[in-house]
Amino acid sequence: MSPSVPLQEMIRAIRSARTQCEERGVIQRECAAIRAQFRQADNGGRSHNLAKLLYVHMLGYPAHFGQMECVRMIASPRYSEKRVGYLGAMMLLDEKQDASLLITNSIKNDLSHSNQYVQSLALCTLACMGSAEMCRDLAPEIDRLLRASNSYIKKKAALCAVHIVRKVHELGELFVPAARSLLSEKNHGVLHGAVVLIIELCEQNPETLERFRKTVPDLVQIMKGLVLSGYSPEHDVAGISDPFLQVRILRLLRILGRNNEGASDSMNDLLAQVATNTDSTKTVGNAVLYETVLTVLDIKSESGLRVLAVNILGRFLLNNDRNIRYIAMTSLQKIVGTDHNAVQRHRGTIVDCLKDQDASVKRRALELSLALVSASNIRSMMKELLLFLSSCPPELRAHAASGIFNAAERYAPSQRWHIDTMLHVLITAGGDVRDETVPNLIQLITNASELHCYTVHKLYRALLLDISQQSLVQVACWCIGEYGDLLLKGDCQETEPVQVTEDDALDALETVLQSHMSSPATRGFALTATMKLSTRITDNVDRIRSIVSIYGSCIDVELQQRAVEYNALFRKYDHMRAAVLERMPVIEKNSPGHTNGESTGEAVKDVPTAKMKQGEPLLLQQPANQVCDLLDLLGGSEETLQPGPAVDCLVSGLSVHAAGTAGGDLLDLLGGFEPAELSPAPQVLAYDKGGVTLTLSCEKQSDTGLTVTLTASNSSDSDLSSFTLQAAVPKSVQLHMKAPSGDSLPARGTAKVTQMVVLNNPNKVNLKMRVRVSYTRQGSPFQDTVQIDSFPGLDAAGQ
Amino acid sequence: MPMRFLLLFSRQGKLRLQKWFTPLTDREKKKVIRDVMALVLARPPRSCNFLHWRDIKVVYKRYASLYFCTGLEDQDNELLTLEVLHRYVELLDKYFGNVCELDIIFNFEKAYYILDEFLMGGEVLETSKVAVSVSMENADTLQETMEEYMNRPAF
Repeated sequence: MSPSVPLQEMIRAIRSARTQCEERGVIQRECAAIRAQFRQADNGGRSHNLAKLLYVHMLGYPAHFGQMECVRMIASPRYSEKRVGYLGAMMLLDEKQDASLLITNSIKNDLSHSNQYVQSLALCTLACMGSAEMCRDLAPEIDRLLRASNSYIKKKAALCAVHIVRKVHELGELFVPAARSLLSEKNHGVLHGAVVLIIELCEQNPETLERFRKTVPDLVQIMKGLVLSGYSPEHDVAGISDPFLQVRILRLLRILGRNNEGASDSMNDLLAQVATNTDSTKTVGNAVLYETVLTVLDIKSESGLRVLAVNILGRFLLNNDRNIRYIAMTSLQKIVGTDHNAVQRHRGTIVDCLKDQDASVKRRALELSLALVSASNIRSMMKELLLFLSSCPPELRAHAASGIFNAAERYAPSQRWHIDTMLHVLITAGGDVRDETVPNLIQLITNASELHCYTVHKLYRALLLDISQQSLVQVACWCIGEYGDLLLKGDCQETEPVQVTEDDALDALETVLQSHMSSPATRGFALTATMKLSTRITDNVDRIRSIVSIYGSCIDVELQQRAVEYNALFRKYDHMRAAVLERMPVIEKNSPGHTNGESTGEAVKDVPTAKMKQGEPLLLQQPANQVCDLLDLLGGSEETLQPGPAVDCLVSGLSVHAAGTAGGDLLDLLGGFEPAELSPAPQVLAYDKGGVTLTLSCEKQSDTGLTVTLTASNSSDSDLSSFTLQAAVPKSVQLHMKAPSGDSLPARGTAKVTQMVVLNNPNKVNLKMRVRVSYTRQGSPFQDTVQIDSFPGLDAAGQ
Repeated sequence: MPMRFLLLFSRQGKLRLQKWFTPLTDREKKKVIRDVMALVLARPPRSCNFLHWRDIKVVYKRYASLYFCTGLEDQDNELLTLEVLHRYVELLDKYFGNVCELDIIFNFEKAYYILDEFLMGGEVLETSKVAVSVSMENADTLQETMEEYMNRPAF
């Protein structure tokens, strides 16, 4: 057997291999030699062999046969062998391996070794790969070492204790007294370890946190010492004395000061001092400032200090270093909910970061910009966001597109602007938008009746330019089909007039039908649109007939079915064609209870309608999704959901109703003064908690229709804002919520909020309604749900 | 709160050092290495040193031909981690004298030992450069003593 080469020669041999195959050969030979050596009795080169094996392991080759050798080496009395053995244990043995338990005894012995470097090897290995059983076995030893006199061992024992506490939470109690006493050490390493241990103990157990709160003054002292001390060569990093320890202490202060006025007060001065005195020209200073800012924002600090912290973040935003800007935006994201105005001040800089070259910075800037969009800055922000969308990296496109849609949905200043924006997004990033965008946009378009002409012209032009974006093409086809007569009329005051002939329109649709870029769904849209045009044009009906009959033998089953049905419409049912294909009514948002087909007598084949039914949960709004989770409790049947205020931008006409009902309620309040004819509907108190009361009254409109009026008032001493009501009903009941009269409830009942809900119960099921109340009181959000089982004005069966 | 892992790899994608602070299977480790390496090596120069991958933050810094890369949890201070990486490079430099990639390749065992004297369980162990150097020297002396003892001819 050839003697094995020492480690360095083996490494050289491996590196000089020119191909992967050659390298594998060298390694296989070496591994064979190593295995043979392991089987032999003790020889001088054992540590070299294991080291070679570890190198091979690092290259990615299997090395599990070395595990037992590690165990043997650790038990050896020689330091060099122990060292390699422990290194091998850390690399090859993790807690999932059975062999790891075998070293527990060796570690135990080594923890009491006379030589501190042997002790440190054992501590290090335990902290790296100690399993829960090993930790339980050895915890008392570690505790003993924590009180030992040697600071070299103490600091290692402290971090080992951290590992033990992470693995076995119950052992935390064991280390509390030792941790407390370690805080009075002078050695920075030990101090650092102690702080980390205390952080871990506090995070695991809230009671321990209470006990450690008494240490805040000590920590403040230590920190002051670090900040004000002169130059210390041992710990200095670019003028900051021991930044690692400073950051850790700040973290511990943050944990101790959270939600506690007393502790927060005692740290205010210190934090102000650190924030103002720390040199911010180098990264290390900024690291300390960053931690300080995070601490200030998390504890109950006084407002001046908070302002200081946000200003520091603002300074970070203007820093040339990308890392600092990234950090600033991450932190601002955390506080954009609570300190919205403060963050708004820096909107300009954040929007500039959208144009940065770096992908990470762009991502942060995008998220923060989306959070900063509000009603007042929507136009300018949207310009920037659309600009960003056209040049953004592909992985951010979907997120940007959906964010833009959400923002447009919530703050659109006008319908035309909204439609323009959505079209722009579809043109730029149509491939990355979500599926429900198409029905949403269609529904939006139908609601903007005065803009139909403008919209269809714009879409037609977009279609001519590019038919590869499926969402855009689908919407365009639908509009051309639906409003083809407006397109052909040609005159539209909002865009330059362009003469579109019937042939042009049919050409465009046919191009989509025949293009290989169109998906099957898109072709379905195009075919239906072509069919619809047959009632809106006069000359080329034959051309349409021929197109439709060609697709009667199309391979795609869906297209074939449609074409065959449309053919039938031409032949046998020609008298119904006009009625079937007439203009669709305005689609109500989220009205899944009735299919448009049934209520208007149209054929159910209309593709967009079907898509509307499937695309029901169109939420763009989080609260709706959350309420859906509750709904399976209501009567055991699935319900459908109506978020009330969502229809704001679309049902402008209905605000009149709300005003009407508000007037009606005032009359109710006046009690005896109301005229005799107005018999008030019986009122029932549905909800009363925290000063917020909700009463409801019903009025039967028809055999199956019912109008419920919900009135909310606030008798507590604090104003409530963002007050919203959401309602859910059993599946067969149709529900339509009108716009509420407002969304703020001032204190002491000075004003009320009313909301009308129209119910239609065609199957006459037992009527139940679950209402969710959400509002913000003094900056903190609140939510509650109440179930209403009986409605006044109806008999017991809810009829 | 602690670091999850520390990786050193070259521009060609060769791993030079790996330290794992959480228990993972071999397969998982390989996956992490592959993914993180691909992400980091694809970054253009002068870009931000922070990345987001799955649910962890990746902080990396390039020193000559080696990338020093670590994975952090959500709470951690990224800027401080840059300082941690820098401190480790300084320690290596002090020990090897103008350290280069070859030093780390041929003396990986020493590089691991320096790392273990500086970090433990994903946390900083010793904040003083001097203290780490002293313990390295002492450990080396101990090692040589043993080897000399072993190499002495037995009569």
